[in-house]
Amino acid sequence: MVNPNKNKSLNPLSKINLRTKTLLIIGLTILILVLIVICSFFIDSKEITTNFLIINQPPSFEHLFGTDWLGRDMFTRTIKGLGLSIQIGACASLLSSAIAIVLAFIGSINQKFDTFVAWFVDLFLSIPHILLIILISISLGGGALGVTIGVAFTHWTSLTRVLRAEIKQINTSDFVKLSERFGKSRLWIAKEHILPLVITQIIVGTILIFPHAIMHEASVTFLGFGLSPHEPAIGIILAESMKYLATGNWWLALFPGLALLIIVLLFDIAGENIKKILDPTSAND
Amino acid sequence: MMKNEKLLKFLGKKLIRFIILIIFVILLSFLLIDLSPINPVKTYVSNMIVSQEQIAALEAYWGVNQPITTKLVNWLGNIIHGDLGTSLIFRMPVVDVIKERFTASLILMLTSWLFSGILGFILGVIAGFKKDTIIDKVIKVYCYILQSAPTFWIALIILMIFAVYLGWFPTGLGVPIGTLSEDVSFLDWLKRLILPMITLSIIGVASIALFTRDKLIEVMNTDYFLFSKARGESGWNLIKRHGIRNILLPAITLQFLGFSELFGGTVLVEQVFTYPGIGQAAVSAGLRSDVPLLLGIVICSTIFVYSGNLIADIVYNFVDPRIKEGEDNG
Amino acid sequence: MMNKLLDVENVSISFIQYTAGLNQRDLKVITDLTLDVSEAEILAVLGSSGSGKSLLAHAIFGILPENANLSGTIKYGGKVLSQKDKEEIRGKDIALIPQSVNFLDPLMKISDQAIGYTENDNEKKEKKIKQRKIFEQYNLGPEVDDMYPFQLSGGMARRVLVSTALLSKPKLVVADEPTPGLDQKTVKETLNHFKKMKEDGVGVLLITHDIHAALEIADRIGIFYAGYVIEIAENKDFSGDGENLLHPYTKALYNALPANGFKLTKGHQPLHGEIPKGCPYYDRCEIRLDKCSEERPQLINLGNKKVRCFKYEDGV
Repeated sequence: MVNPNKNKSLNPLSKINLRTKTLLIIGLTILILVLIVICSFFIDSKEITTNFLIINQPPSFEHLFGTDWLGRDMFTRTIKGLGLSIQIGACASLLSSAIAIVLAFIGSINQKFDTFVAWFVDLFLSIPHILLIILISISLGGGALGVTIGVAFTHWTSLTRVLRAEIKQINTSDFVKLSERFGKSRLWIAKEHILPLVITQIIVGTILIFPHAIMHEASVTFLGFGLSPHEPAIGIILAESMKYLATGNWWLALFPGLALLIIVLLFDIAGENIKKILDPTSAND
Repeated sequence: MMKNEKLLKFLGKKLIRFIILIIFVILLSFLLIDLSPINPVKTYVSNMIVSQEQIAALEAYWGVNQPITTKLVNWLGNIIHGDLGTSLIFRMPVVDVIKERFTASLILMLTSWLFSGILGFILGVIAGFKKDTIIDKVIKVYCYILQSAPTFWIALIILMIFAVYLGWFPTGLGVPIGTLSEDVSFLDWLKRLILPMITLSIIGVASIALFTRDKLIEVMNTDYFLFSKARGESGWNLIKRHGIRNILLPAITLQFLGFSELFGGTVLVEQVFTYPGIGQAAVSAGLRSDVPLLLGIVICSTIFVYSGNLIADIVYNFVDPRIKEGEDNG
Repeated sequence: MMNKLLDVENVSISFIQYTAGLNQRDLKVITDLTLDVSEAEILAVLGSSGSGKSLLAHAIFGILPENANLSGTIKYGGKVLSQKDKEEIRGKDIALIPQSVNFLDPLMKISDQAIGYTENDNEKKEKKIKQRKIFEQYNLGPEVDDMYPFQLSGGMARRVLVSTALLSKPKLVVADEPTPGLDQKTVKETLNHFKKMKEDGVGVLLITHDIHAALEIADRIGIFYAGYVIEIAENKDFSGDGENLLHPYTKALYNALPANGFKLTKGHQPLHGEIPKGCPYYDRCEIRLDKCSEERPQLINLGNKKVRCFKYEDGV
């Protein structure tokens, strides 16, 4: 009697389009990212050989991104650097969202804790990110660990805010109140009621931290506080390139930076599209 | 009368909050630096020739070998007296270094802040007004790309184009660290300002333009906007009368909330263009273990960010007629 | 018979919506709606709140959201209106009275909004005088001019919205739910405004869920059910036992009024998206035929009245 399919099937083509398009974008982005990481694993830093016969060559089919002043292939170095960036970005954003989840949960216990968490967020937002990362990195003696922790400890704020607001709303709902009356523990309520409802936000939030994390890692490394100069990180490559800009070796800076930009952009796009799939209201606009 | 009283009360509350905040910022950064393997005295000594008395004075200032609490209390005491210590690399009081460097950075930051704000707002309004057209798409793509671009890379590209390729500016823009701004003529200084400013401006455009666009589209879907349409208003005049009126305040608020990002951008841009500002000083201080200077910069950047937030709060709470009057009545 | 102002013929409005996982569906809110309004006539469209009848008003003024699909024709003065025509006459020949004060710009003073856009100072002065005059008629003092919308009381807001609509001397007024949650006195006052408009020869399309308001002032009443107009009845038909009403739903509605015994029918209106294939009222109908579940009845024209029911295929 009721025929729900009738209205749905009115325009099958456009239905396929948006859904498939979104899934396709997500799939493609993930594929590219995974490919880069895998490739970078197979590139041994020592294998990026110096070859003084081919120093400072502009881009060619043989060397897509050109070669540097030691005759190293810039494409290989860039891929290796990107792989490194993605790994550090992944660690930092996972750590970041773990911090966000813990703090949001602490904040949900009672009003006092909530105020404290809100204040803590304010505290971390009051120092410019880059300065705080530098401070943390210095305190840990620099290196990959320093920069990862530094980035992780500065990027949890926005997800914490989102989760806090969400949890606040869930806490006022009837089923949570009912569970409280039945004497269920905070942890039980968090696991059974809250987590399933905020998992979308957590996933999207973590993915959206990623691009910022990568960019900040590169920035801090560029300034000289992050990865050591021996690592082929994008920040290092770009910092080195500055010495050769005046001599016209434009490819040294252009391609590695562009590659980083594309990675950041891909993460952003993937994040937005996953958000669309999980939360349809944003697609209705 | 009522309003002024309320504003004062508001500011008083904010001041107290600020004092608490800054104490914790100091505590946090002090703790972080104390954790680090840096020994300020040792680095200082290794960098230059100093006499025994100087080392003793330094050790006394830093309280080497004393527990962290004593060190902190000492240092806090000095701060309250306006003494942030002596910069190890500039060899002058931190306060003076910051004064000079921060002025240079403020000019850079505020000009690009203003530029990017105005340009971003205009682009955002155009994009929102022409939603889903080519113009909108171009603006959107531009913003997305710039948002994903590392600031220092954009700076490098601009340096390459304008200094190396076009040759309009010398590639070595900087002056040696420690040179005072008085030693540089106004024209030289202006020349050094332009490229960093352009870089910061075109990067800053992205967030404000996207925000303005979304906000305008939101307003264009509101009931009051529809009603104005139904009453025969249309086109650009409609946007001007009802659109811009309703998005200007949020946009200004957002722009003030962006002081933290602005500062971050400045640090990177100054480094690329060797612009003698606070950002460059911060990087030098960090790299060369100039602890007093680094801590001083953290404090002053916190004040900078906080004042941005404060102005945003004031704009939000005291300019909007709804909230202004609404609270009076309640 | 007065001249016809507005002719709405077979108008359907639907939306494309995305659900979780980005599955798309087409949501029909108004289906095959036909009605007309003449000069000096009040036609009420009566439907439950949230049934999407406001979209009819938006369709007439050409202000539907972008993801809405509009089909059918809307004529004004016998001429089919294109989007461009609508933009041309809205705010001049036709005026909208919206639901609430939320339809006023929160950051603009009342008189500036009422006056609207002006080319120059002279025009502004002229319009200001007109605005002051009509505000005065509606008992709105000069202090109202400089107020912001949030400062208006409920009754004041209503008068502002009505007088703003009348500022351009429209021939047709579309009032979308003009009496929501108002006290008795304000409702009465507002309804009197519409009576006054009618006396002045203005045609009024009153979109409402308030059957009392509709019965008090409307000449004819269109009954809106699950996105369909199932009957257009004359006001005088709502009398006695409702024996002059045609559609079983209209009769049920009439009988559910407190004055008529409060008889409620079981069931509820189908929601958008779950409207049956046949007659939308099939589930609840007491006089249904077999074909009602399979086939959708067309709107049958019975002179001044219209009904959508197979029972009246051969007239009343």
